[in-house]
Amino acid sequence: MSDLDLRQEFLAGTAPGEDIAVQLSGDGQFRTADMSLSIGPAHPATHGVFRIVLDLDGERGREARPVIGYMHRGFEKLAEHRDFRQIFALVNRHDWLSGFSNELGTALAVEKLMEFEVPDRAQWIRMLLAEWNRVLNHLMFIGSYALELGAITPMFYAFREREDIQHLLESATGGRLHFTYNQVGGLKIDLPKGFLAESTQVSSLVRSRLPDYFDLVLGNEIFHGRTKGVGPLPMEVALSLGVSGPTLQAPGLPEDPRVTEPYLKYGEIDVEVPVGENGDAFDRFYCLLHRIRVSLDIIDQIHDHIPPGPVNSKLPKMVKAPEGATYVRIENPLGQLGYWLESDGGRTPWRLKMRTPSFSNVQAIPYLMRGQLIPDAGSILGSVFFVVGDIDR
Amino acid sequence: MMLLVTSGVAPYLAQAESILDVGDTFIVPLLLKLAFVLGIFFVGPLVAGYLEHKAMGRMQHRRGPVEAGPFGTLQLVADGIKFIQKEDLIPSAADKWVFAMAPGVALVPAMLALLVIPFGPGVFALDLELGLFYVLAASSVSVLGVLMGGWSSANKFSLFGGLRAGGQLIAYELPLILAAIAVAVQAGTLSLVGIVEAQAEFMLFGTGINLWYVIPQLLGFGIFFVAALAELSRPPFDMPIGDSELVFGYMTEYSGIKYAMYMLTEYAGMVTMSALMVVLYLGGWQLLPGVPLPGCEAAGGLFDCGVTGTLLGVGVMLGKILLLVFVMVWLRVAYPRLREDQLQRIAWLVMVPLALLNLALVTIAKVVY
Amino acid sequence: MAPSAPPGIGLLKGLGVTIKHLFQRPSTLMYPHERDVLAPRTRGVIALMDENCTVCMLCSRECPDWCIYIESHKETVPPAKEGGRARTRNVLDRFAIDFSLCMYCGICVEVCPFDALWWSPEFEYSEYEMGSLLHEMDKLREWADTVPPPPPLDEGAVLPAEVSDALAKVEKERELAAAKELEAKQAAEAPAETAGDAPKKGKAAEPEIHVKAGEIDQEAFDRLIAEGKSERMARSKAKAAYVKKEKARLLAEAEAAGGDAEAESPAPKAAEVKVDAGEIDQETFDRLIAEGKPERMARAKAKAAYVKKEKARLRAEAESDTGEGTGADEPAEVPSELGASPEAARQALDADGAATDDDAAPEVAAEAATTEAPAARKLGDIHVEGAGEIDQEVFDQLVAEGKSERIARAKAKAAWVKKQKQAKLDEEGGA
Repeated sequence: MSDLDLRQEFLAGTAPGEDIAVQLSGDGQFRTADMSLSIGPAHPATHGVFRIVLDLDGERGREARPVIGYMHRGFEKLAEHRDFRQIFALVNRHDWLSGFSNELGTALAVEKLMEFEVPDRAQWIRMLLAEWNRVLNHLMFIGSYALELGAITPMFYAFREREDIQHLLESATGGRLHFTYNQVGGLKIDLPKGFLAESTQVSSLVRSRLPDYFDLVLGNEIFHGRTKGVGPLPMEVALSLGVSGPTLQAPGLPEDPRVTEPYLKYGEIDVEVPVGENGDAFDRFYCLLHRIRVSLDIIDQIHDHIPPGPVNSKLPKMVKAPEGATYVRIENPLGQLGYWLESDGGRTPWRLKMRTPSFSNVQAIPYLMRGQLIPDAGSILGSVFFVVGDIDR
Repeated sequence: MMLLVTSGVAPYLAQAESILDVGDTFIVPLLLKLAFVLGIFFVGPLVAGYLEHKAMGRMQHRRGPVEAGPFGTLQLVADGIKFIQKEDLIPSAADKWVFAMAPGVALVPAMLALLVIPFGPGVFALDLELGLFYVLAASSVSVLGVLMGGWSSANKFSLFGGLRAGGQLIAYELPLILAAIAVAVQAGTLSLVGIVEAQAEFMLFGTGINLWYVIPQLLGFGIFFVAALAELSRPPFDMPIGDSELVFGYMTEYSGIKYAMYMLTEYAGMVTMSALMVVLYLGGWQLLPGVPLPGCEAAGGLFDCGVTGTLLGVGVMLGKILLLVFVMVWLRVAYPRLREDQLQRIAWLVMVPLALLNLALVTIAKVVY
Repeated sequence: MAPSAPPGIGLLKGLGVTIKHLFQRPSTLMYPHERDVLAPRTRGVIALMDENCTVCMLCSRECPDWCIYIESHKETVPPAKEGGRARTRNVLDRFAIDFSLCMYCGICVEVCPFDALWWSPEFEYSEYEMGSLLHEMDKLREWADTVPPPPPLDEGAVLPAEVSDALAKVEKERELAAAKELEAKQAAEAPAETAGDAPKKGKAAEPEIHVKAGEIDQEAFDRLIAEGKSERMARSKAKAAYVKKEKARLLAEAEAAGGDAEAESPAPKAAEVKVDAGEIDQETFDRLIAEGKPERMARAKAKAAYVKKEKARLRAEAESDTGEGTGADEPAEVPSELGASPEAARQALDADGAATDDDAAPEVAAEAATTEAPAARKLGDIHVEGAGEIDQEVFDQLVAEGKSERIARAKAKAAWVKKQKQAKLDEEGGA
């Protein structure tokens, strides 16, 4: 077998999950074939084992097919065999960048099913930590999106801020990513002394460093060139695909459960929802960056609101949700997170269905990538903001 | 070099005398010059790499290397040793000979370009009459190695990287050469030593103010700098590598010593291009415009400077080179990457017209004054 | 939307931001050389205090990934008295946590009803192979020495029931003690002396625990540091070494003294402890600060130095005392003192209780367990049979004090047993 044959076989070879029909065009002696490029499952731009198969004509893609499932860990099934205390250690792992929000969603679902009122203090503290978790998550994506466009520095700045915040959260929860701080009926334990003072301090520190991101990334002309007009997602398409979070806010829809359907105490404070205009990659990033600012504003408001009191309530040793089903949706950092909890009255959920934002957001990828260049593929991929574990569960 | 020296191409050699031409024998100067070029070639990239590590680290609120050697100065040496120890992988589908040769093809021209660059008063291996032409020609050959590596790896990402590098070189060679021609026109010579001399003698429109070419040709300097960045595939023009798009471009399949050779090429290229810019625009080894180095006031402030003057001259030259390297690093830290089509657009729609304009202006000025 | 700026401004701003950081202090923590101070709640590694473990298997059952292995056997404790009932108890043979499976959720620590499991912020236990991440009992016990005291809660927090109960108890005790002392002063007579003695005894048991908590075996500490162990690790090991040594010493002393006198030997220690609690050795502190140590470390070391000095001094004093002391101490005196009044008995009891369920730094509890051991053995010499009898008087009093019925009943039961023992001892003394 000659080298040429080998190469042709190499180009036309299909890998599992990839149903490629190589189109031959032209006739006579010089026939050309479209190149199929498999980005991932281990590629620097995919943040995990996510894969996109691109059919390429030169550097321009014809068709893009996301291949998901490399990281399926069966959380929904696992949750059916864990009691209501144990599922918290599971749910904060499907989207590992939004551990606290996931726990919060689960707790709210169970409490809703039990018709249980959580003490005020616990609700405020939950909000505080959920917002910090949001800042953590967004910082990560700001760094990684810039990295996707070839700017290495914002990542380091973002991680510096993340370290400060994680230190703060660790002092209260004991964890840096998987907080496991929620439980049915409230929180495990109250905040340690001095937490709120430190939280105020970290909040002003992060706020003082935010302009760096605006100057370094958002205002940069090269960044504009790489993102403006790239991968626009019209409102109708966005709605029909069910995307949420910054990806939905970018076309200009101020949809955010914190405002449109307030849970916890979000109704008592001001929540601004940043929106974009064109729904392109730039707008998505713009929304993301401004959501950090909004979260810091919320954090500052919460500091003045936390009442004294208990953070958890007496519950039976073995929590059992009554028979029935409920759905809870909250604004996860990446979009709308929903938990469908069905209980048969036992000590474990009968079914815990997760509607994760990342899964819905990646549905937009085939639409967005049609006819795009490879570099823009990276730009689009980074701008729909997903966590692979959250897609595959 | 040996060919040039031995086959009687003396007419192409300019007048300036290298201080490395000691004694009457043939072999001693040859060995000295070889040692000099190789020394610059291996130490220069190390220093540039260390500067990049450190400056980039500090700009990113980190420290950069600290463990290997004092202040981490030996980090790149340690890296080199590590690369040598690594397994040398060749993909089974690769075109083995081309794959193996490619890093060498990229590396050698970067070394050859250093032959004619003067690093101080009389500190150069060769003063070719066609020095500028030679440097630009030699450094362009490097891209052949990149193309070979990209093609032979049998990897789609490598192929993209190699082709991007080729396209980039064609696009940016033109403005680079046009900008350099403007300098040659102004200096009236292609000899690099001659260009430094010309800068020492250049007076701004007869006013008696001595200036380096960077002032009258600021536009040309800008074009040359950007084009050099693009030709070296340095960020923000690092699409041939583009680690978040193309994994690692043409270097994706390389490992061990071959990978190290590519990296050495990149950093040697940075040093060479910076040195060229210093020679063309920043007055070479002169300390300040119109201020002769100590010890060589007699010979027009450029040659026969004695030990102190020579060392100072070399120091000044290296300082300027490192300054330019620092700016390259700075740009890498601050900017995202452009897109390939944007890069081409900038090259053909902006850089080439501007370079032509610059050339026209310089020529007119030269004729008028 | 985006502020429209002249072209190039964005590029310049980017350069500005990066060059600004060039002149700032890097935020890098030079990890193996410098170490971060982790929050006390950090979930680093799970520590086991096996002496608290009753093999209830709750942790093992609740663990979401079943990474806790427990093995035990039942042991029959022979009846203390002829005709008595033999009891069985569970003896822990093996307790292992597989950290390659553990997902650090903390449920085991949370559910442990006897405070046998704790979180420690130590995290440096990576291994070259997975199997080595299975930590057996001895390893888990070592971690227990690194557990920091829990941080105080936020101002707005409601204290957990057990903490607020304990605090209330301590408060009440202090009041009672103060009242007693007042009484003693007013009475100023021979019988009053014993009454005054009792609270002192009760108090002594409590601070004894505190003293030890901070002490380390300097020799072991230095050796470990020289071996390149982390300071915290070294400290904990040195602490363990100290406890071990001390125990051995006490045992030896007790053996030498023989019989009931062993109860007396910790007494001078107790007093010595009382003095030390917050004080530091200024000289050492200044020296360490001058050496550039961080203040916290210097303070801790100075504290240790002070304790060491003080201990030496007190021991010397005590030794000179013992000449007269041993003769004066009747073997039966201690129990009689304890049993002198239900009041005193209760206080002694409470002190024990407070030590274990108070703010409960695990070290404290550990020390309590180890140091109380000889005393317990001593009390165990006398067996009282009884199933559920309570000291009604004590019970009523506790209920009146607002204690929950369950606690009151338990305490009253203990008091009854003590009384019985006391009575027996008296009998024996009489015989």
